[in-house]
Amino acid sequence: MPSTPLSQRSKPREKNNNKMIKINNLHATIDGKEILKGLNLTVNAGEVHAIMGPNGAGKSTLANILAGREEYEVTEGSVEFDGTDLLEMDTEDRAREGLFLAFQYPVEIPGVSNINFLRTALNEIREYRKEDPISAKDFMALVKEKSALVELDAKLASRSVNEGFSGGEKKRNEIFQMAMLNPKLSILDETDSGLDIDALRIVANGVNTLKSDKNASIVITHYQRLLDYIIPDFVHVLYDGKIVKTGGKELALELEEKGYDWIKAELV
Amino acid sequence: METLTQNTAATFAQNWTETNLPFSNTKLSEAKSVLENTPFPTTRVEAWKYTRVTKISKQNFMNPEGTVKDLSKFNILNSGPTLVFVNGIYKAELSTVSEIDGVEVSPISQAKSLENLGENVVLENEVFNALNTLYATDGAFIRFGAGKQIDQTIQVLFIQSGEQTHSQVRNKIVAEKGSNGKVLMAYFSDNAEGCFSNVVTELEVGDNAHLDIDKLQLENESALQIATEYVAQGRDSHFDINTITLDGLLVRNNLNIAVNGQNCNTHLNGMYLTLGRQHVDNHTIVDHRVPNCESFELYKGVMDENSTAVFNGKVFVRKDAQKINAFQSNGNVLLGENATINSKPELEIYADDVKCSHGSTTGQLDEEAVFYLRARGISEKAARHMMISAFVGDVLEKIKNEEVLNFVQGILENKFGFATMD
Repeated sequence: MPSTPLSQRSKPREKNNNKMIKINNLHATIDGKEILKGLNLTVNAGEVHAIMGPNGAGKSTLANILAGREEYEVTEGSVEFDGTDLLEMDTEDRAREGLFLAFQYPVEIPGVSNINFLRTALNEIREYRKEDPISAKDFMALVKEKSALVELDAKLASRSVNEGFSGGEKKRNEIFQMAMLNPKLSILDETDSGLDIDALRIVANGVNTLKSDKNASIVITHYQRLLDYIIPDFVHVLYDGKIVKTGGKELALELEEKGYDWIKAELV
Repeated sequence: METLTQNTAATFAQNWTETNLPFSNTKLSEAKSVLENTPFPTTRVEAWKYTRVTKISKQNFMNPEGTVKDLSKFNILNSGPTLVFVNGIYKAELSTVSEIDGVEVSPISQAKSLENLGENVVLENEVFNALNTLYATDGAFIRFGAGKQIDQTIQVLFIQSGEQTHSQVRNKIVAEKGSNGKVLMAYFSDNAEGCFSNVVTELEVGDNAHLDIDKLQLENESALQIATEYVAQGRDSHFDINTITLDGLLVRNNLNIAVNGQNCNTHLNGMYLTLGRQHVDNHTIVDHRVPNCESFELYKGVMDENSTAVFNGKVFVRKDAQKINAFQSNGNVLLGENATINSKPELEIYADDVKCSHGSTTGQLDEEAVFYLRARGISEKAARHMMISAFVGDVLEKIKNEEVLNFVQGILENKFGFATMD
């Protein structure tokens, strides 16, 4: 397992000024119940952040709010994404600005082909950025390249979105879409849950290959296992709507070993 | 006495001109008697439970000649024979009747090989069929001679024009033994307001013949249409019909298919998209009278705003009609909060060795899926259109003629704003 302790990594100073997303004192409710209670998180370009935490801590809520799901109400705080006010934007504009959510439960859409859907998405994003539509030839070349990255059968690429896909295929399809759309910030919402070790390796390999100093990832997970394959720069513990502890990747191992009770105890 | 006669169809049609088409005297007098003795159906009649015809019965319609200045916007097929009727009256100057060996394509008023007109059309209790019999203006006659394999689709355009005009169109399409034919029937409005067209089409599919019908209903948002088909299938025959309804204020389709011979294959597909205060009603009957046949029925609808649709699909399997496979499915999406669907699939099975299924679904667009598409950068509007397009996609797939499919997709795109499918 290749790893370099966080403290030994050299980080150019200006990189820290290169903020991808800054979440400040975020409070959010659903059906009147407060789920996020003042969450702070800053992610810079080139970084991978893992968010771990017990069930009900607010992990998926955070992912959903960032993607723009309307059931949640933000009551306080702000989210700045690459210099813009994220919370003011519609879901599709967030995606066009370069935010990508890999869904915990990818949706099956019978009758909409994966290919048609992705070409529409890609072209709407390009139009938003005042770029020309991608040619059919370039698009197919891109599909070929990116589906190979996650070992997704070309046949699956042309089928209806997620319809009849196995759990692993659905998650690989999420990473395939991520590769096609080339986002600035990817949020992986429990992409590892339910995956066997082979699928997990494929998914992680896709994420690692796409990693660059211009993009960033937030990896939400329940299990330390994923972090053996996607090495985080920071691990945060989300508990009761707030980030209560931040450390390097060794924090994940500690959580795996000791569970979350010691953190709860520390807080009291 | 006025109140007593007010509702009979005879009074309704008192100023109309009786037909010149060669119906037998028996048929004509039967039709007359039905009109004198039968009121228009009310919603108390089971077959008309959800469809009120007062929009028709309370009006006076005339049947003047009409003209169409620019036919190009209605011309769906680029080549092949085309018959054009305006207000139910044949327009030779707009039609293109190219000779095809062994096929007769002509207005029914001039048909050379027409026999048994009205033979399979039920008149008893059927006011609209009786009106259509006694007052038939004209219609298409198409006969595919025995053994003829005709690739070219024959196009028939029915255009309604003027204010409160009516047409009583009678068509007959015959595919003789071993023949293979395709017909497109399309209904349009041109400078029309509040018009009523009442169409009866008789179809005979001979032994081992293959007949494909595409029926496009595109009359405008003030149009009233009753369209009735009687299909008789001989043994080893194949019959396909796609009923695509994309406009019209009140549209009622009555599709009656009698499967009279063994080893038949029957496909009936329908798609209806409704807006505003539109009302579209599809009543279908597949009557399996003999063993060893298959029928497949797929109707899908999307209702928006205050519109209403009705689906009533009946499949009969008669007592000795063993080894029948009959499948029926009706799917609906309600977009508007005030949109309505009344869906009633019915199977009546009197044989004991059959495989039959039916299903009806009604729902809304999957909001999770809309969110998923938006989360990839697709606008909400485009996402919804993709979902609707996908929903009706399996009906569109049944349209085999590419020109017809392109035309339909053009309307979906221009009128309903759908993304074009692959």
